Amino acid sequence: MQSDDGEMTTASVLMTHAVGLHARPSVKLTQLAKTFSAKIDLALAAEGPWIDAKSIVKVMRTKAPQDTVLHFRASGDDASAALAALVALVEGDFEADVGGEAA
Amino acid sequence: MTSPAAPSRHLSGEAASPGLLAGRIIVERASSAGSRQAGRPDEEAGALRTAIAEAIEALSTLIAESEGEAAEILSFQVAMLEDESLSEEAFEAIGGGTPADRAWRDALDAQIADYAAADDSYFRARSADLKDLRDRVLRALSGEGDDAAQVPPGAILLAEDITPSRFLAQDWAGRGIALEAGSASSHVAMLARARGVPMVLGLGPVPKEEQGTALLDGESGILILRPDAAERKAFEERLSRQVEEARTFERLLRQPAATADGEPVKVMLNLATPDELDQLDPAICDGIGLVRSEFLFYGRERLPDEEEQLAAYGKILRWAGERPVIIRTLDAGGDKPIPGLTEEGESNPFLGKRGIRLSLAKPEVFTVQLRALLRASVHGRLKIMLPMVALPEEVEEARRLLEEAAAALTEAGVAIGSPALGIMIEVPATALTLDRFRIDFASIGSNDLIQYTMAAARDSSGLGPLQRPDAPAVLRLIAEAVETGRAQGIEVSLCGDAGGDPKAIPHLLGTGLRALSMAPPAVGRAKAAIAGWWRGDHG
Repeated sequence: MQSDDGEMTTASVLMTHAVGLHARPSVKLTQLAKTFSAKIDLALAAEGPWIDAKSIVKVMRTKAPQDTVLHFRASGDDASAALAALVALVEGDFEADVGGEAA
Repeated sequence: MTSPAAPSRHLSGEAASPGLLAGRIIVERASSAGSRQAGRPDEEAGALRTAIAEAIEALSTLIAESEGEAAEILSFQVAMLEDESLSEEAFEAIGGGTPADRAWRDALDAQIADYAAADDSYFRARSADLKDLRDRVLRALSGEGDDAAQVPPGAILLAEDITPSRFLAQDWAGRGIALEAGSASSHVAMLARARGVPMVLGLGPVPKEEQGTALLDGESGILILRPDAAERKAFEERLSRQVEEARTFERLLRQPAATADGEPVKVMLNLATPDELDQLDPAICDGIGLVRSEFLFYGRERLPDEEEQLAAYGKILRWAGERPVIIRTLDAGGDKPIPGLTEEGESNPFLGKRGIRLSLAKPEVFTVQLRALLRASVHGRLKIMLPMVALPEEVEEARRLLEEAAAALTEAGVAIGSPALGIMIEVPATALTLDRFRIDFASIGSNDLIQYTMAAARDSSGLGPLQRPDAPAVLRLIAEAVETGRAQGIEVSLCGDAGGDPKAIPHLLGTGLRALSMAPPAVGRAKAAIAGWWRGDHG
């Protein structure tokens, strides 16, 4: 799901990856986020707390287990494209190649 | 004969892995943070930035040399180091006047503690990655460089002690290891023996500035620093005698082992990883006496699944063909912790939840292994061995899980065999009461049996006489188990290090043992020792 909320675009997606937001998924997620200029935040609940989705240290700190709903919000030029790409990555169980570089 | 240089110096330690090597000394020092001089805050911040950059560079070099899972783990570590969120608290503390090393250590320790307190075992295990990063940067800060520097061929590594992961980080062919501390029963020593790397340990402090050529004698446990010409010559003569001996071993290698009076003795192999089989001829052995299935569980991000285990077990069984293969179920705990699986903070892990105790406490992990073993058993003669058994009830509980797994597989239409079920004899209680166990076979784990009989930790150094396989109490327990096994029609073998030790073999044969399992490089030498023994000769 995506919705435009003024300048902020938000999206949420259920993570079914068998092991949760572990090292490899976190590397892929942050690598992908960093390819966009938009400011992108991540939270485990719709009301936050929000953390920088481009920081692997902060993403790992959420210690999100399997079957967690990940919430994204983004602002900036490519915000919509960024959220679409991140949701696709999570829905695809983090299997996609990111930025042409193997993680 | 005298030279102007300092005279040679003989350091005496313990022989941990046989072999002779004359080579250059490479000194490796553990990090000792806190020894550096702290500067002004801006200098300290600069020092930390440089150290982090150096650590990233070193990791990137390692990634280029790695593949698969190892490369992924290292990439994760680089990503963490590149993220400023990891170090922001350290830089704040430096701004407040804290020296760089302490600021970095404190910042990382807080994050390590956070992961260590996680509910999810996977995230708990990440604290090890952060510790790795903490220490790597601390080493760079103190200017001691990367301790995983590679030892070049022909050189002798000199260190206080080294970890199994350090050992596994490089190729050791043609190299040797000399340790100031360490223990011959440690897993590093076992790995060294398995790969034929000469190793001496317990040498005591060696001056840090030591360099140049040294003679490493893995037979008698001696390291000679700055050897003179006569010492070098004598060493070379021994080396050539060894080459001669090696020819004898080579000749015996593919013949069945027998004592001098013609009694056959089974010689089997201990395997740490299936990769070792690639260079081995099945004709040198009567089977595989021990597969340490821990190899599948080490240094990984997740536990191996059923398919991965099946592939590894299947490879070993197909290699062995008609010969029996004893695969030991996961023997984690003790000195072999597996992050996220074994208990943390046990006050005495050797007496804690290890081996079968851990497997029965984690039936969801154990069942995956049992299913893989049952499926693999169609490929050969599989025998499943349970480690650290002390009570018959533990075997019965494991059998129940095995039968449940077999029933589930059969119901799903998956082909399985009917593997034998047996135990390790490591606990004196088991050696003394073997008749009470309902089992198909047993194998003596001499290293643990010695440690539990003599109350002498296998990873402690300086306990030499308490760690000998020929201690009368140990031999009496072995004889008792062999005797009981014979009366009950159960084959009892031995798969500890003593099985491949030519000095211990006469004593073991004296207890009545006629099946020994050992590291592959020990086979020729062991067969020669067996051929030199006859009944009535007790070493």
